[in-house]
Amino acid sequence: MGLGLVPLGLAFGVLVTHSGLAWWWATLFTTLIYAGSFEFLLIGLVTAVAPLATVALTAFLVNIRHVFYALSFPLHRVKGRPAKAYSTFALTDEAYALTTGERARSWPGRRILWLQSFMHLYWAGSATAGALLGSLIPDSVTGLDFALTALFTVLALDAIRDRRGDLPTPALALLSALAARLAFPDQLLPAAFVLFTAGLLARHFATGRRSARA
Amino acid sequence: MPDTRYLVVAVAVSAAVTWALRALPFAALAPLRASATVQYLSRRMPAGVMVILLVYCLRDLPVTEPRALAPLTALAVTVGLHLWRRNALLSILGGTAVHVALASTVFAH
Repeated sequence: MGLGLVPLGLAFGVLVTHSGLAWWWATLFTTLIYAGSFEFLLIGLVTAVAPLATVALTAFLVNIRHVFYALSFPLHRVKGRPAKAYSTFALTDEAYALTTGERARSWPGRRILWLQSFMHLYWAGSATAGALLGSLIPDSVTGLDFALTALFTVLALDAIRDRRGDLPTPALALLSALAARLAFPDQLLPAAFVLFTAGLLARHFATGRRSARA
Repeated sequence: MPDTRYLVVAVAVSAAVTWALRALPFAALAPLRASATVQYLSRRMPAGVMVILLVYCLRDLPVTEPRALAPLTALAVTVGLHLWRRNALLSILGGTAVHVALASTVFAH
């Protein structure tokens, strides 16, 4: 599954070279930040020499969703301080999706760490390769950034299949995202996560009360 | 073009913010993990979170223009391939290839 990151990393590397940065920035970005969707945005920010406060704020807003991952990511299975530190550093959307699925219920901490480090390696390696190959690809070739959309499509389909029969949850998420897109277009991600969480809580307490009365 | 010093600081700032957002909530939310409500949320969140991220990727879709057909066709190809073969790598490569082909030729601007 971690191999799904390879086309995304290649696309990221090509975009780095095409935006005029040296190839090794792709390696540095992917190794040190390791937050795929934000890194795509960061290319645009740094090539426009955006103020550092804007960079920090964008990182905060795009990655604030990770706060929610602490609720279900199995960090308690990862033993030792350095291992826990790395595990939180490498807590990407893909790592979260893979380690919270039904199949991962029994995975020991060691397996979670291996998965995270392999995905980190795939990501940095493919970004570096993409950046090195990028100069061979003419500028007229565009649209590689769709790899990120495709990755989330695949992760969403797998997560929905994991919860067979629970269609209200993805429907609620879709509604939250569309409402956030219309009402708060500049803060889509944080607004959508707040709406989605509030909607889930409302549903939880509504069904809880109904079954308590029955 | 940005200079090296600026880029190094930008990477450091981004890395620090990202890691803080990933690590600090574990300490803050640890006491909540045992609650039934949090467990209800944590079982349902993964699927919803990925749907929201997908909408986020498509947030600037120019729905009134013909070039919106490139991402929409690529999305249909990705979903179709994934429902058919369930192979993440194949679905991502196939969808991206269709998008690059359409965006670089028919819908180039």
